[in-house]
Amino acid sequence: MDKIPILRMGAFLLVTIQVDLYDRLALNLESDLVNMVNKTSAKGVLIDISAVSIVDSFMGRIIGNIASMSKILDAETVVVGMQPAVAITLIELGLPLKGVHTALDMEKGMSLLKSMMDSDDPDEQETADDTITE
Amino acid sequence: MILMSKKLPMILSLSKDPVQVRQEQDVVFLKNRVKEVAVRIKMGLVNQTRLITAASELVRNMMRYGNGGVCLIEVVSSGRINGVRLTFTDKGPGIPDIAAAMRDGFSTGKSLGLGLPGTKRLVNEFDIKSKVGEGTTVTIIKWANG
Amino acid sequence: MALKTYKLLQNKKKNILELWMKNQLADEGLREDLISNDELRSQSEELITALVSNLSDENFNDLNSDEWSPVLEILGGIAITRARQGFSPRETGNFVFSLKEALLQVLQEELKGDQQAFFNESAKINRLMDNLSVITFETFIKGREEVILRQTDEIAEISTPVIRVWDGILALPIIGTLDSARTQVVMENLLQEIVETGSSIAILDISGVPAVDSLVAQHLIKTVSATRLMGAECIISGIRPEIAQTVVHLGIDLSNIVTKATLASALAHAFKIMRLEVKKSTIIKS
Repeated sequence: MDKIPILRMGAFLLVTIQVDLYDRLALNLESDLVNMVNKTSAKGVLIDISAVSIVDSFMGRIIGNIASMSKILDAETVVVGMQPAVAITLIELGLPLKGVHTALDMEKGMSLLKSMMDSDDPDEQETADDTITE
Repeated sequence: MILMSKKLPMILSLSKDPVQVRQEQDVVFLKNRVKEVAVRIKMGLVNQTRLITAASELVRNMMRYGNGGVCLIEVVSSGRINGVRLTFTDKGPGIPDIAAAMRDGFSTGKSLGLGLPGTKRLVNEFDIKSKVGEGTTVTIIKWANG
Repeated sequence: MALKTYKLLQNKKKNILELWMKNQLADEGLREDLISNDELRSQSEELITALVSNLSDENFNDLNSDEWSPVLEILGGIAITRARQGFSPRETGNFVFSLKEALLQVLQEELKGDQQAFFNESAKINRLMDNLSVITFETFIKGREEVILRQTDEIAEISTPVIRVWDGILALPIIGTLDSARTQVVMENLLQEIVETGSSIAILDISGVPAVDSLVAQHLIKTVSATRLMGAECIISGIRPEIAQTVVHLGIDLSNIVTKATLASALAHAFKIMRLEVKKSTIIKS
């Protein structure tokens, strides 16, 4: 398998990485995703890495690249479900993934993307279930 | 009078397992072997992740600069604690300035330059020896509970 | 000298054991509450058997030779067990010292007529047994250190409880010094709990941390960064005025971290992030 499937859901693209990425797979994902963002004019990219047990500096760089490239194409990137051990290792490695948004799971990532889109567009009203204080 | 205590801090190698790394598939194989060994000595999950990530960094360096090489996987013991020692040996061009290579943000290749200093932060012991024109040897140790 | 000392000791093994047992049982420091006499006897017998059977003329004063390793292993095992069982160093030491007594007694008995030989041989025995005592103590202390280390781990484990203060909000009060080992435990517990509860906000309360130096600050920053990578926000609360002073004097940059003076204000901040409001009810419900 040399490709990771990219799903489209409304204005967002969803990617679930189920295997430990090797370099070629990661590079393919980077170019596929950026092409897809361009083609679909997606506003957000969600990358689920909850099944990934190792992220080294190369993988970290790919994730950072995806975020920066998508940003240029006007799409925000949210990485969701990072394992605690992976988070600790990345910090110690010196890779805080600046410019990448993170969320605990798909659902939270989705609402984060939605809220980012909402704040871009001040005409749209927020419709959250919680009491709005401000 | 020679006391036994001199023997205690010595690191004993309990098992040796050399893995050849030539192409990308070997990297996956190597990581799996390292994980097996780490699990066998009951290393915690976070330390396993640190060790395998460190191995991943070093093996990438070896592939990129050294044109592949050998990784020796050892279970080592020092007194009451066990650990995993990995020795990466390549016959690449070598590193002319190790001190510079160990600084954060330094890179000759097209990378972030966190490879060596970042790897050092993930493990308990880190040693690098390099001779220009002959190759580079990097040795790391991660203790099971360290 | 007609008979070599080691031969003599081998022949007199039974005598030595009896004498040794007698010495041990006569000692008022004997811990019958910790070890039964039978157990003591079998320990003693095991050691003395290994001792005399591995003894030779050449290795008498070279404890590094291979023949000694079974003896050292047994002795080490006994010392470690005693350390764990709570024997005092004196009681553990007496185990070896009383063996020395027994050996010297037997030797004296055998070499009665030959003062010079007794002197030479007892010097040898003394040196050998002193070495063994040193090893016993070293191992004993190592055993005690192990106990301490295990307790340290336990303390680290129980002293970092993660509390669920609200749905989606975790609090972690840190009490005591934050060193790197402790940070490890705190960080791992916190991150694991975030995953398990799906909490998006964590409050790290450091009111119980006596001092914050640059190393502790680094640990805190690391924990906050790791929390963020997972997609949760981390607030640090309980910053006392003197800690704020040291942080600034040391030139530590905490500007990327949300810091609050009290746990209450951190919780209020968390509510704000989650867009929750606490209201005083106008109607009194019974």
